Amino acid sequence: MSEILLNHIDKYYGNNHVLKDVSLAVHDGDFLTLLGPSGCGKTTMLRILAGLEKPQGGTISIDGEKVVDASEAFFLPPSKRGLNLVFQSYALWPHMTVYDNIAFVLSVAKTPKEKIPGMVQEALEKMQIGEFAKRYPSELSGGQQQRVAIARSIVNRPRLLLLDEPLSNLDAKLRIDMRGELKRLHKDLGTTVVYVTHDQVEALTMSTRIAVFFKGVLTQVDTPVDLYQNPATMEVADFIGNPKINFIKADGEAQGQSLVTDSPLGRLVFGKLYHGPQGHVDCTLGIRPEMLRIDSTGQIEGTVLSSHPAGSESLIQVQVRGQVLLVKCIGLATYNQGETVRLSVDPDFVNVYDTKEGVLIKHSAAALR
Amino acid sequence: MENPSAEWYTCRNMSKTARFSSKRLKNELHEAFTTPYNIMTLVAIVLLSYLILFPLVEMIASSFTLAKVDVKAIKGSHAGQFTFYYWQRIFHSMIAKNMFYIPLAHSLVIASCTSVLCIALGSAFAWLIVRSDIPHKKFFGLMLIVPYMLPSWAIALSWNTIFRNTRVGGTPGFFAYLGVPIPDWLSYGAVPIILVLSLHYYSYSYLLVSAALKSINSEVEEMGEIIGASKWQIVRKITLPLVLPAILSALILTFSKAIGTYSVPSMLGLKVNYYTISTMIHSTVNSAQAGLGFSISLMLISISAIFIFVNQKVIGHRKSYVTMNGKGTRSNPIPLGKARGPILVLLYLFVALMVVFPVVLMCYQTLMLKVGDYSLKNLTLHYWVGKGRGDIYEGLDGVLRDRKFLSFLWNTLKLVFLTSIFASIIGQLIGYINARGRKLKSGQFVEQVAFIPYLIPSIAFGAMYLSMFSKGVRIGPVTIVPPLYGSFALLVLVSVVKHLPFASRSGTACMLQIGTDLEEAGQIAGASFVKRFSHIVFPLAKNGFMSGFMLIFISIMKELDLIVLLMSPKQGTLSYLAYWYSTEGWTQPSNCIAIVMFILVFLTHWLSNKLFKTDLAGGLGG
Repeated sequence: MSEILLNHIDKYYGNNHVLKDVSLAVHDGDFLTLLGPSGCGKTTMLRILAGLEKPQGGTISIDGEKVVDASEAFFLPPSKRGLNLVFQSYALWPHMTVYDNIAFVLSVAKTPKEKIPGMVQEALEKMQIGEFAKRYPSELSGGQQQRVAIARSIVNRPRLLLLDEPLSNLDAKLRIDMRGELKRLHKDLGTTVVYVTHDQVEALTMSTRIAVFFKGVLTQVDTPVDLYQNPATMEVADFIGNPKINFIKADGEAQGQSLVTDSPLGRLVFGKLYHGPQGHVDCTLGIRPEMLRIDSTGQIEGTVLSSHPAGSESLIQVQVRGQVLLVKCIGLATYNQGETVRLSVDPDFVNVYDTKEGVLIKHSAAALR
Repeated sequence: MENPSAEWYTCRNMSKTARFSSKRLKNELHEAFTTPYNIMTLVAIVLLSYLILFPLVEMIASSFTLAKVDVKAIKGSHAGQFTFYYWQRIFHSMIAKNMFYIPLAHSLVIASCTSVLCIALGSAFAWLIVRSDIPHKKFFGLMLIVPYMLPSWAIALSWNTIFRNTRVGGTPGFFAYLGVPIPDWLSYGAVPIILVLSLHYYSYSYLLVSAALKSINSEVEEMGEIIGASKWQIVRKITLPLVLPAILSALILTFSKAIGTYSVPSMLGLKVNYYTISTMIHSTVNSAQAGLGFSISLMLISISAIFIFVNQKVIGHRKSYVTMNGKGTRSNPIPLGKARGPILVLLYLFVALMVVFPVVLMCYQTLMLKVGDYSLKNLTLHYWVGKGRGDIYEGLDGVLRDRKFLSFLWNTLKLVFLTSIFASIIGQLIGYINARGRKLKSGQFVEQVAFIPYLIPSIAFGAMYLSMFSKGVRIGPVTIVPPLYGSFALLVLVSVVKHLPFASRSGTACMLQIGTDLEEAGQIAGASFVKRFSHIVFPLAKNGFMSGFMLIFISIMKELDLIVLLMSPKQGTLSYLAYWYSTEGWTQPSNCIAIVMFILVFLTHWLSNKLFKTDLAGGLGG
């Protein structure tokens, strides 16, 4: 069993409480992404895991071996944790060639001299940059530097690979290429990966699981599919998904597993999957734009405010009883401003939140399909 | 979904949970004593306190302690007792006016005028060379720093050679030889001292302002042009405010150097009894009135400290205009238009008269058998290679075969190399502490203490070390302070400590440019601190290191003010020898030495520029 357990991690910078009692388990072979807006503490979390920062509270164990115990001021040095890190800036040593950058890692680890050239070459080839071995970092493009940084981090075959926003300095096209590359690498090496990003598309496409942070608090840990379909809080629902989720205030009446709501969308009946308080509830419906359909038999009548066809998909803003809804259709669709349309929605695919607490009280069934 | 519970929102207060346990204590102690930053900082604090704070306190104590020679002056007193005698003498006594107030006024006048002149000259040159379309920039760039490579006393010597009149006797100067009468005020006293010091020190302003100008993107000036501002408006409203921090640091540097300088006022002032604070310190300390000398030194330190403190307050947070970033700045020269011709002529005239002429004259002088006789038949190589003759300068050999010269040359080289190496290495280490400990109390403390020698004028610094090391201090069997007076080690020590502010400043600038992530990447790989320093930090800091090295090298090569009080006849340097010859009136050998030193400095500068692309301004911390 190979697992990383973080228990009750607290981190302060002076009086600034940047990580608040964070507990998290990283499973063997996970590609776990720490996701959140900037300043939420995700990079600090990664640096604590790496051993570059010391938390004031909590414990961390890797494969059952304790690496951090703040109450005993015990912090295992980074190099003894069997991990490696790719920095956001890459942190390539500018005075060493590509080869030396990578070989230095091995020579520090006292790898037998005769083994070094082969291992360096292997790492370079894995990242398809074998021909750049003799160059200096400044002679490479951003994408190539990125590959060197990754090659350097995998050469000592770490059991855990940490990546700190590694794609943020690349242009859009390279970023998509590198996503595929990292996914392939994760598969080939079988290493556990912890990845930090603020880009939800990166997180959703690459990870096996995602941990979402807001203001130092770990809010939800889930697979990409579950995270997208059932955001645990309204905050997460609002952060994940582009275009954004529609929120509609509603009055609800709950009985057992079922819930009936009145809202600008009319009366909606949710027959199952409700797990909130009984009786009257102030709630908010969360409906993804693609879950709303423009449909001549629909029960909801609205007026088109604007329509934005964008080739493979179209976004249409529809006003329904003073509430503006965003609808996403597949393919090209054009509607005139002021046109009356009818919408339909399947209650199974709607999330319902307790308005006051902001927590999910009715799941979307999409995952069960 | 994993445990979404309200428990997450409770934040724990660490001080409550951090309970005492022996394991924790052990880990914390281990951590405290093995973290490289902690060890380095501790060592730095101990050493800096011993070498900077302790001597300062020791000198203050000496100024309140009655010396043996003064016991007669106070009835019923004994040596070593507490006394206000010295302070009273310099502030309120018969001799106070001549001993303190007049020299103080002289020093202030000299330092202020020199600073103003230097800033004006240096900034104007910097702007012309960096920003305007003046031709022959490379040539001027080199020529304008030549006066910096000459020791200031060598320039004073040239001044003497040119403007000496017959008033104080001896051979007449160049103009007097041509029959031009030279008034006293141009031969000796305030005016020549100010002019000579300005000619030497303007290069600080020139280097610092040049560096600031180079870092300004010319687009900000072009924006001024687009909105229709005139050239003068652009300079005054845009360029000048941007380089103001650099100008103010140049002001501080020039002022504190000028107020503490000894050699120039002693060569151009003493003959007409024009005393400054620094020459007064020298004469009191040398005439067994050390207590008085220390009090005067402390006053000098206070004045420059106050001046620098006020200036720092003014610069304060405005320092951050000039930022070093990797982005290349575009710089389009500003056309001078019609003024270009006249300005070029003026610049050539300056270089010819103030740079080339004195050097050529100095060279020519070494070839003259009799001082002041410029005819061709007077030419000789006697002072370079000749055997001593009884009728000239007590049978002194030509410098190249003179034992004393050769041994002092060796001493100088030893001193310069040892000091530059020690000071630059320590400077880099302190720079590392400063850069990594910016937000920590310990880092700030080290930075501030390392800056103190900057506040202390050279001559006072020498006096301070004299006071501390003249006799050893032992507590029981342990030697706290070894009696180093008269030893070579003391010269190295005082030079290293006095140059720490420069060295650690350039070290800090250098270290700040090396991102912490480069070092962390090494830490992740498992490289020990020593390995990280030797394989990552130091190679990246190399050029900055060499710039700092160069600056200290040149500075110590020329140094006289700092070590003049500590020198013994056996452990002299070339500066000291030349100064001594010149006070004897032996112009030619003195000039020979100045030329040898100039060649050494020039060669080193040229070599390190070629090999390491060193930048003097970088070393100044500009």
